Amino acid sequence: MWKWLHPYAKSESAYQLCKTLLPWFAWSSVLTLFVGTLWGLAFAPADYQQGDSFRIIYIHVPSAILSMGAYSAMAIAAFVGMVWQIRTSYMAMMAIAPVGAMMTFIALFTGAAWGKPMWGTWWVWDARLTSELVLLFLYLGVISLYKAFDDKVQAGKAASVMALVGVINLPIIHYSVEWWNTLHQGATISKFERPSIASEMLWPLLINLLGASLLVGALSIKRLQNELLRREIHRPWAVKTLIKESKA
Amino acid sequence: MMSVLMAIFKRDMALAFRQRAELLQPMMFFVLVISLFPLGVGPGPDTLQKIGPGVIWVAAILSSLLGMERLFRDDYQDGSLEQLMLSGAPMALVSVVKVCVHWIASILPLIVLSPLLALFLNLTVEMYWALLATLLIGTPLLSLVGAVAVGLTVGLQKGGVLLALLLLPVFVPLLIFATAAVDAAAMQLPYSAHLGLIGAMLLLALALAPLAIAYALRVSQS
Amino acid sequence: MALLSGHNLSCVKQDRLLFDNLDFSVAASELLYIRGQNGAGKTSLLRIIVGLTDATTGQVDYQGQNIRTVNDQFHQELVYIGHKPGLNHTLSAIENLSFWCQLHNLPHCEHELMDILALLGLVGLEDIPVRQLSAGQQRRAALARLWLKSDAKIWVLDEPFTALDVQGIELLRQRVIGHLGQGGAVIITSHQQLDIDYKTSELMLEYRI
Repeated sequence: MWKWLHPYAKSESAYQLCKTLLPWFAWSSVLTLFVGTLWGLAFAPADYQQGDSFRIIYIHVPSAILSMGAYSAMAIAAFVGMVWQIRTSYMAMMAIAPVGAMMTFIALFTGAAWGKPMWGTWWVWDARLTSELVLLFLYLGVISLYKAFDDKVQAGKAASVMALVGVINLPIIHYSVEWWNTLHQGATISKFERPSIASEMLWPLLINLLGASLLVGALSIKRLQNELLRREIHRPWAVKTLIKESKA
Repeated sequence: MMSVLMAIFKRDMALAFRQRAELLQPMMFFVLVISLFPLGVGPGPDTLQKIGPGVIWVAAILSSLLGMERLFRDDYQDGSLEQLMLSGAPMALVSVVKVCVHWIASILPLIVLSPLLALFLNLTVEMYWALLATLLIGTPLLSLVGAVAVGLTVGLQKGGVLLALLLLPVFVPLLIFATAAVDAAAMQLPYSAHLGLIGAMLLLALALAPLAIAYALRVSQS
Repeated sequence: MALLSGHNLSCVKQDRLLFDNLDFSVAASELLYIRGQNGAGKTSLLRIIVGLTDATTGQVDYQGQNIRTVNDQFHQELVYIGHKPGLNHTLSAIENLSFWCQLHNLPHCEHELMDILALLGLVGLEDIPVRQLSAGQQRRAALARLWLKSDAKIWVLDEPFTALDVQGIELLRQRVIGHLGQGGAVIITSHQQLDIDYKTSELMLEYRI
C-alpha cells in the first residue's frame, strides 16, 4: 500500500517532488492568506464586545493551531524515520521544526498583543498561553539537540527521540496546565472559550487557517529542498541540479 | 540474566559509594538553593509556607539535573558501555537497573533531607506528608525521563546545559501535579487524585522509557 | 564456511562516504588485517562488524546468519577490544574484570583471574584504581579478556598493540597464535605485522574525500 512512497526516500526523487510541490503550496498560500486577511481585517464585522481588536484572531488562531499541527507533523516524520530508517524523513522533521517554532512564537506574540487591550496586561499565566510557551521550549530543545551533533544522521535519530517524548508529553502538559490554572486562579479568563462565532467572522478565519497550513507546508518544503542539497553536495545529482538551476 | 542485572547493580552501587563526594554536591546545592529563598522573598512564615512546595520541587528538579549526567557519562567515556552492549545483556533492563541505582544514590538523599527543608520553609505536617509522597512517586519519573535525555547527549562534549534545556519543559506536568498535591494538603483537601496522576505518569514512563533509553544509547554509539 | 562475513557494507559518517560495496570474510583459524590511513574508517568498520552500530547499507553474517538475528549467540562467542579500554577508572583491575566475567556468565574465570593477571605482569597492581595504572598497564588489563573468555570464536581488536611494550606484544602474539590454533578467527586493525604461520588476509580501506 505504501510502496509508492518508497522512491521518495531517495534524496534525488525527494528533491524533485519538493520542486513540483513548492509552487503549488507557495502560490495558493499567498492567495488564501491575502483573501483571508483582507476579508478578516477589512470586511468582517467588528466584535460587539472587543471592537476591532478581535481581528488579531485571524493571525493568532491559525498560528496557534499550526504550532500544534507542525509539532505533530514533526513527530510523525520522526516516527517514520525511526521505524523505517529513512534519512530523508529526519531531514523533513528538521525542516518543519523551525517553521513550527516560528508559528509558536507568532501565536505567543499575537496572544500577548491581544492580551494587552483585553486583559490589560501583556502576559497572563493562562492555560493556553502557558502550554504554548512550553511547546516553544520543546521545539527549541529538539532543534538545539539536532544542532549539537556533527553527524546529522545521528542528530536526526536523537532529535526524533526527543520529538516523540515531546509528543507523548504534550497532551499531559496541556491538561496539567489547564487544570493548574483553574486551581490557582479559579474561573477568570474564558474569553478564549466563546461558545460560538458568527459565520461572517468564521469564514475568513478558516481561509486563513488553510493559508497558514499551506505556508507552513511551503516553508518546510523549501527548507527540505535546501537541506537535501546541502547534505548531498558531493553527489553528482546535487551538483547537476545546482548548475541547472543557477543557469535558469 | 538476573545474576547479570544483580552484578550491574552491585557494581554501580559500589561506584556510587566510592564517588560519594561527587554525590554530595547536588545535595548541598539543593539545600543552598532552598535556603536562598527565604533570603530573597523575606522570612514571613506565611509567604514561605505558600511558596514552599514549589520551591522544594523546583530545587529537587534542578539538583537532580546536576547529578543526572553521571548516569552514563563515565561508562560511555571509558568504553564500559560498549562492553556492556556487547555482553548480550538486554539494554532496556540494564538501563532500568542503572536508573534505579542513580535514584538510590543521588535522589534518595534529597528525600531524606526533605524534613529539614520543610522546617526551613515552615510547612505544616500535612503538607510535609503530601510532599514526601509526591517526592517518592515523582522523583523516579525524573530519573527515568532524564535517563533518556542523558543517553541522547552522552556523546556530546557540551551536554550539560542542553540536558537542562531538553528536560525542564518535559517536567512541567510533574511540577504542577506535585505542588498541587501539597497545596491541597495545606487546605486539608484530599490529594490522592494528584498522586494517582503522578503514578500514572510514572507507569507510562516505566513502560516506555527503558526502550527509549536503550535506543538512545545505541544512537550515542554511532 | 566463513565464520564471519560482511556483504555490500557501506558507511556514511558526517555526510562523508567512508567505504561502500565492501565485502570481507574470515574463516576459522584465519587472521584478517584491516588496513588504511587514519580516518579511512577502520574503527567504524570494526564497530559495524561487532554490531555496535548499523551500516548504512549491507549486513554482517555470523556463520551465515545476520548478526542481528543471532545476536545472543554472536555476542557470546565474541570478544571486542576497542580504542577505549572499557575499564572504569575508579574500580580496580580485578573489580573491572570480574564484573566483565559476571556480565558474560563466565563463573569459572574468577579463579583464573589472578593467574592471568600474573601472566600479564599486573600482580601487585590488581587492587589499585585503574586510573593510577600506566597506559600500557591499562591496555594489558583490557587485553586480559582474551584469556578470560577462552571459548570465544571471534576476536575483534582495534589497535591492540597501542601502548604495549615488547614483552606485551610478544604475549599478545602468542595468545593470538593459540587462539588461531583452536580454530578461532581474529580481525585486527594494526600497523604492526604479526609473524604468524596461519592464513592471513588483508582488507585495505582507501581514504576518500
